[in-house]
Order: sequence, then C-alpha cells, then structure tokens
Amino acid sequence: MTVSPPVTEADGHDDAPEPIHPEDAGQWTAKLRATAVEAFPPARILPDRQPAYVASALYVFGVLTMAALSIVILTGLVLAVMGPTWWHVSSTGLFVNSLHLWSVEAFFFFMVIHLWGKFFMAAWRGRRRLTWVTGVVSFLVSVGAAFTGYLSQQNFDSQWISTQAKDGINSTGAGAVFNVLNFGQMLMWHIVLLPLVVVAIVGIHLLMVRRRGVVPPFAPEAAPAPAGDTPVGSEAPVAATTAGEAS
Amino acid sequence: MSGDGATVRIRPFKRDRDVEEWHGRYVPYDLAKEFVVAFLVVAVLVLLLAVVFSSPDEKPVTVKAWSTNLPVDFAQTAITELDGTSPTATYGPPYNPGSTSQSIGPLSLERIAGVHHPIDTAETDVLGPLRTLPDQPAVQQAVAEWDAASPATQAAWTAAYEKAVTNATYSDGQLHVPTGDYGPVGTMIGGLTAMARSGALDGALLSTGQFYGTDYTKPLLFIADGNYLSGLATSQHLGGDQWGMMNETGNYPGQAWLWLYTTFYQVRPFTTSANADFQVWSIMMFLSLLLLLVPFIPGLRSIPRWTRIYRVIWRRHYRELAASGSA
Amino acid sequence: MTAVVALVGALINLSGPGHFLSWHFIQISVANLVVICLMVVVFVAAILLPLPSRKHRHDR
Repeated sequence: MTVSPPVTEADGHDDAPEPIHPEDAGQWTAKLRATAVEAFPPARILPDRQPAYVASALYVFGVLTMAALSIVILTGLVLAVMGPTWWHVSSTGLFVNSLHLWSVEAFFFFMVIHLWGKFFMAAWRGRRRLTWVTGVVSFLVSVGAAFTGYLSQQNFDSQWISTQAKDGINSTGAGAVFNVLNFGQMLMWHIVLLPLVVVAIVGIHLLMVRRRGVVPPFAPEAAPAPAGDTPVGSEAPVAATTAGEAS
Repeated sequence: MSGDGATVRIRPFKRDRDVEEWHGRYVPYDLAKEFVVAFLVVAVLVLLLAVVFSSPDEKPVTVKAWSTNLPVDFAQTAITELDGTSPTATYGPPYNPGSTSQSIGPLSLERIAGVHHPIDTAETDVLGPLRTLPDQPAVQQAVAEWDAASPATQAAWTAAYEKAVTNATYSDGQLHVPTGDYGPVGTMIGGLTAMARSGALDGALLSTGQFYGTDYTKPLLFIADGNYLSGLATSQHLGGDQWGMMNETGNYPGQAWLWLYTTFYQVRPFTTSANADFQVWSIMMFLSLLLLLVPFIPGLRSIPRWTRIYRVIWRRHYRELAASGSA
Repeated sequence: MTAVVALVGALINLSGPGHFLSWHFIQISVANLVVICLMVVVFVAAILLPLPSRKHRHDR
C-alpha cells in the first residue's frame, strides 16, 4: 500500500493516511480500510486525466444521466416535503411536478443514448462485465421506479395504469404481494425502496467505471489479436495524475 | 499492476471480451467541472420544458361520475358483481380462487402465489354498501329478502335481471328496467345506482371498516369492470391494443422505453391469447436477461465490432495511431 | 414565484386530444415519435461531434 509523504500542517497534525500497525492487521476495520484504499485510492476515485481516446461527445451521456437523476431526486424531495396531494391543488406544486416529470424524461433520454453508446463501444471488454451488468440493472430498476411514480399520481392516469398493469403483474404471481391498486404501498416503494436501490446500484456502477477505467478502443483491424499468454484486463492506472503520463 | 493481487489468468484473447489495456497518452479531464456543467445544462433544459409544457393531471374517475354519465352501464356491471360473473369475480388469484388463471403449459405462477387479496364482489360492491343505508327501509327489506333466499332462487333472479337490464333506461332520477321476475334485485340495483350517483358509494367502497385508507383495490376493480373508465382510456389511445402502455394523456410524451413490451400485445398470437400477460412478461424477462448477459454471449457481443460504428466514435484515435505508424 | 408560475403555466397546451400516426399495425403518438427521433438525432450527432472544448485541450 502506497503512503504519500506526510504533510505537516501548522498545528503539527500529520494528514498522511495512517499505515496499519502490524498488530492491528487482523482487525476487520483495518482489513476493510486496506481493501478499500487499495481498490479505490483517491486518485482513482477522482482522476484528473483520462486516456486520449476519450474524445467523442458520446462520452458525456453518463454524466448527463447522473445530472438528470440528481434533479429527479431533488424535485422528488420537494414533492415529499409538501405531500402527495399538493401538486393537484397548487400551481407551484404543479410546476414542481412538471420539473419532476421532465427530469424523468431527460433521465431516460440520456440513459438510453448512454446505453447505445456503451453497446457500440463494447464497453464490457477487459473485465468490465460487471460495469455493464450494473448499468443494465440500473435501467431495469429505473423503469420500475418510474412505474411506481406513475401509480402514485392519484389521477385518471394512475387509475388506468394500475387497473391495466395489475393483469401483467398478477400473471407472474407477484400481485399477491405487489398490489398496484394499493396507493399507499406503491407510494412507499416509489419514494423509499426503489430510490435507495437505484442510488445503490448507480453508486456501484460508478465505482466500477472508476476501478476499471474507460474501455480502450478496439485494436485497428489490420493488427492481429495478441497471441499466447494474455493477461485479461487490469485495474485503471492510478499513476496518471498531475505527475505525468501513465506507465 | 494487478490491483487485487490475483494471479493473471492465461486464456485466448477474444476481441469481443478482452482488451489490451491502455498504455498511451493521457490528457487533462476535469470530472467535477463536467458534472457541474451537466447539472446546470439539464436543470435549464428541465426548467424550460416545465415552463413551456407543464404536466398532465386528468381528474380521476369516481363511481359517482361513472353512474351519473353511464347509469345503465353501472347497473349492468353491478348485477355481474352480485351474481359473480364480472371480470373481478371470475379473475382467479390473487382476488378469488376462480378457475381462470394465466399459465404457460402446466406452470401457473399466479395459482402458486394464491389468493392474497380476497374479494367477494357481491358483498363488497353491492350488499355491503347497501347495508350502510339504514334509513332506506325498502332497500333493507330487499337485502333481507335476498339473504333469506336459496342460491338457486338468487341465481334465477340475477340471470333474469342481467338479461333485462341491457334494455334499461334512466330518467326522472330512476333506473327503468323492463318488468320481470327479479325478486328484490331490481330494488337493490336501483338503490345502489342512486347511492352511487349521490357519491356515497365511493366512500363506502374505500372505507370498508377502517377510517384511514390508502388501499384503493376495491373501488378500482369495480370501476374497471365497467365501460366508463375504459371508454375514456380508449379515447386517449391508452388501450392495450392501441400501444397504450407507451402513451400519456393528451399530447404529452409517454413511456417510450416500453416500446418492445407493448409491441408484443399488438401481434399474434398474443392479441387473442388468454395467457397473453404471462407470455409477454416471460418474453420480456428473457430479453432483459439477454441484455444483461450480452458480455457473456458470443455473437451478440460481437455486434459492436461487426457494425463498425466504433470506427466513427474513435476515429481521432485511429487517425493518431495511423499517423504515428504504431499498431 | 406563484404569480410567475400562474402566468407562465403552460405556454404550449399539451392537454388537448392527442395526435397519433398509424403505419400497418404500428400506432405511435406524435409526442413519442418526436422523442424517439430526437434520441436518434442526438445519438448520431454525439458520435460525430468531439467532446466540448476537446480541440482546445493541449496534452501534457
């Protein structure tokens, strides 16, 4: 484990990461910290450089999706502050609901373009399969989260969607527990359970992107595939920071 | 460096699964600034969309609105709830142990899950609400007469009424059904229609024994059994055979991401299959699994390389490689 | 804020009867078609365009 040179501040405190004392090495805390710091040193969590091949506008759709998700959550928080009836009786409430609806449309818009881009880049290559898998799971769970949102509207649309969707869900047996006609239950799934799951999976997805780095391009077609012993994928280089180029 | 300390695995290089890691040039890239800019751009975009288009909020349908606009349809639905022939009454699990439940071959997950939201439509939609009208002696007498009759007699009354009510009319604040031998059923359904038009039935269906309720199962199933809700939905192209799953009310964009799910409902054999919901759901789960497992599926994971769109995405990189003469 | 919101409300009213297009068995709302076409246009544009400020970037 790398330890940077200690930086002593005016008050004499040492801000260097504390090395693990040998007698503490068996501790769960010590092991957890060692694993976390080794997998995600600060320079890998927030790198200030990217490979030169990251040059297409297609690369911004992941961050656009995240930005849209942030706005979905922020507007959702405002709606939660005032309760589920507010947007039916207040023009400010209706406006916040509009922000929430359009940020959801933007979220899916950017996420699908991000998915198309990552597919055509074959972004799962080089031990990045978990990144792809968590991305697809995020998409599927988001569809579910949006669905429970539509069910929570308490208007004609939610009446129709719930009475129609019940048939699909009942046919799988899930209707025994997941009752789309139960507004209270659907609202709690929408504002508690599913947001937590979406944020957790997106968080893992982001950590995976940082851990492996952005997938390199396919080798030019003229070049033969590497023969013989081939290490399959590695960690994203950490040394590519302000100091200079990666080794 | 192999960060996790694992030994490097030796296996044949596959272009669609593996990649030579990058040892080339890095350039400065400000992630934090990128996020802030993205946030501001999306915030302005969303603000503009909300100001320009707002969002839809069509008022919900009530039993009162249904029975006021379509009193005969209400009465026709009510009689099927009483005699147990309505879609809800014959649904099967999770509402009742009816024989209709969806399956693929011998597998019926619906049946395995069982009845968890038991609904007796006669009691829930007709008899129960009528019993909450103690100040209407004619109605209470009718209900008492119904309770005292044998199942065979009840069935005869409801069968006759169900046939006759198709020719019913509504005027002068009353349902007019052609004369026949329906026993107390005419009074019961007439009383229920009046109760619905007053708004009292909405409350009765929701409260059913508790003050605070958030579960709208009973009123929604009753409303959905009639034609008022579905008529409004069809006029807005929200019906299942109108690609309705993707649509929103008015001219608002809906849920375009459900396009493939709803496509199956538009084509044979699903348009006429009694098990369409379970079949389509199964297909969609399978396709979702395929999408999830693309990295593991040879052929599917080769599509990016075969379609060569990557050559446009990374064209600057390939130009630089060609210029430097390196492979 | 409320006055401003009441004033702007919806500049373009999308709550009227919907417009739909049909082609063989396919029916699609104009709104959804616009969204989908926009996604394809943006995707193609994103493939063709460089990252913002990419050309001003110098290597270190």
